[in-house]
Amino acid sequence: MRTIRIGSGAGYSGDRIEPAIELAEKGDIQYLVFECLGERTVALAQQARMKNPDSGYDPLLEERMRAVLPACASKGIKIVTNMGAANPLAAARKTAEIAKSLGLPSLQIAAIVGDDVLDACKDGDLPIMEFDGTIKQFGNRLLSANAYLGAEPMAQALTQGADVVITGRASDPALFLAPMIHAFGWAMDDWNLLGQGTVAGHLLECAGQITGGYFADPGYKDVPDLARLGFPIGEVGENGDLVITKVAGSGGAVTAQTCREQLLYEVHDPRQYIQPDVVADFSQVKVEEIAPDRVRVSGGRGARRTDTLKVSVGYVDSFIGEGQISYAGPGALARGRLALEIVRERLKLTGVAASELRFELIGVDSLHGAQISARANEPYEVRVRVAGRTENLREAIRIGNEVETLYTNGPAAGGGAFKSARDVVAVASVLLPRDLARPQVRFVGS
Amino acid sequence: MKLREIAHSRTGDKGNISNISVIAYDAKHYPLLLAQVTGARVKAHFAGVVEGEVVRYELPNIAALNFVMTNALGGGVTRSLALDAHGKSLSSALLDLDIEDSNP
Repeated sequence: MRTIRIGSGAGYSGDRIEPAIELAEKGDIQYLVFECLGERTVALAQQARMKNPDSGYDPLLEERMRAVLPACASKGIKIVTNMGAANPLAAARKTAEIAKSLGLPSLQIAAIVGDDVLDACKDGDLPIMEFDGTIKQFGNRLLSANAYLGAEPMAQALTQGADVVITGRASDPALFLAPMIHAFGWAMDDWNLLGQGTVAGHLLECAGQITGGYFADPGYKDVPDLARLGFPIGEVGENGDLVITKVAGSGGAVTAQTCREQLLYEVHDPRQYIQPDVVADFSQVKVEEIAPDRVRVSGGRGARRTDTLKVSVGYVDSFIGEGQISYAGPGALARGRLALEIVRERLKLTGVAASELRFELIGVDSLHGAQISARANEPYEVRVRVAGRTENLREAIRIGNEVETLYTNGPAAGGGAFKSARDVVAVASVLLPRDLARPQVRFVGS
Repeated sequence: MKLREIAHSRTGDKGNISNISVIAYDAKHYPLLLAQVTGARVKAHFAGVVEGEVVRYELPNIAALNFVMTNALGGGVTRSLALDAHGKSLSSALLDLDIEDSNP
């Protein structure tokens, strides 16, 4: 039976780079995937592209490509990535330029375009999935609309000879499904194979999160050598057999526990994990350790894909102002609470227009709220945090100012004040009829 | 005992929805999870944090439960005022639940 080995070289845009080099050099892989596109990243990248038409792709693209292209080219490893963000063509051109400068001018670089569906979304009055309303209500605050594309165009690019495939918005598991479809010729209506392939892609897409990252809990779940965490490899057979493993000698661990945690990560109904290519069913999945750092995952299934694609819509939402200041030693908690009360009253007295406010003490109740935190003992130090949502930057700035002025107007011995004010680009989702997105493969000349 | 003694957990986020898995270290403890870690109990535990519904999904094959909590992230990771806008730390709060075990 034919088998391919797919490495996962990044779980988010800022991820470590050496584990990807390690995968390329020592992983005995044929494909290296970089998942680098968060929910709102495309909207931010679109803003960058509006300022400069040659930008709008992942800021670490150059560093990553320079790091892995030599090893990938010499071993024939194909790269698939969503580092194209809001400008896959510019990212592909940049990659071709880097390849040339590295003495690799024959590398074939392909961009996938067509995830940008802003015009199609503007034409229809599509309902927003997260809250009541339609896309029209964003008006001129609407920045971007990008459809989660499936694996097909990426698989097509590989079949046409691409060494590097750069897409914008695509479903994360589809980045991994594409090499499987290309290598094994899986039919796009073989729902069970596509479902099991989606299990593989879902497990691999967050890189270190299945090799022991986001997992360690000393005394309960110990993980060796997290500073040298190895990134995962999926060994996939043409019948969908799957083993998750990592480079021998790297840090971390692949165990049944790490695989189970990642299987349910960001999953809602496990029977209906809706993807562009298939509705995957994780409910019958089995996880089995077959050797150290080798876990077999089987039983993924699938059902017919839906007639719509999820579209991530970026819009200018509001502004957030924030301030922080610390208190320590005896009475720190009481002084921190007094500080919060002072700022609460000041924001009222001075008429700061905020639609939402948070008053909290970092180290006491900032993460889980007052109820869950009530049982804890008094800490040695606390950090006051006040954050509020406003309609404009001027109001947002006033919130941090009211925390900073605690230096000379607040409780004794406050230190380390910090303030910030920023605009918020948020995302919402809509469903677009599938045929309104028309993805295309474009090769760029080296 | 605490839930932490028999189960591990991971939080994920999509928009304003948080999901928390609860996975038995040993499949023999799965019935305890089923009986005691109910959707209602999780909702009560997160009162003041989770403003929407809590739905529980069961995965007997991997001895796990998955809790899906709506209106849980202060408007969602891209606009939340929270320090932990993803709610990544919520799994640790859930593992503090008390579990009664007559047959340890």
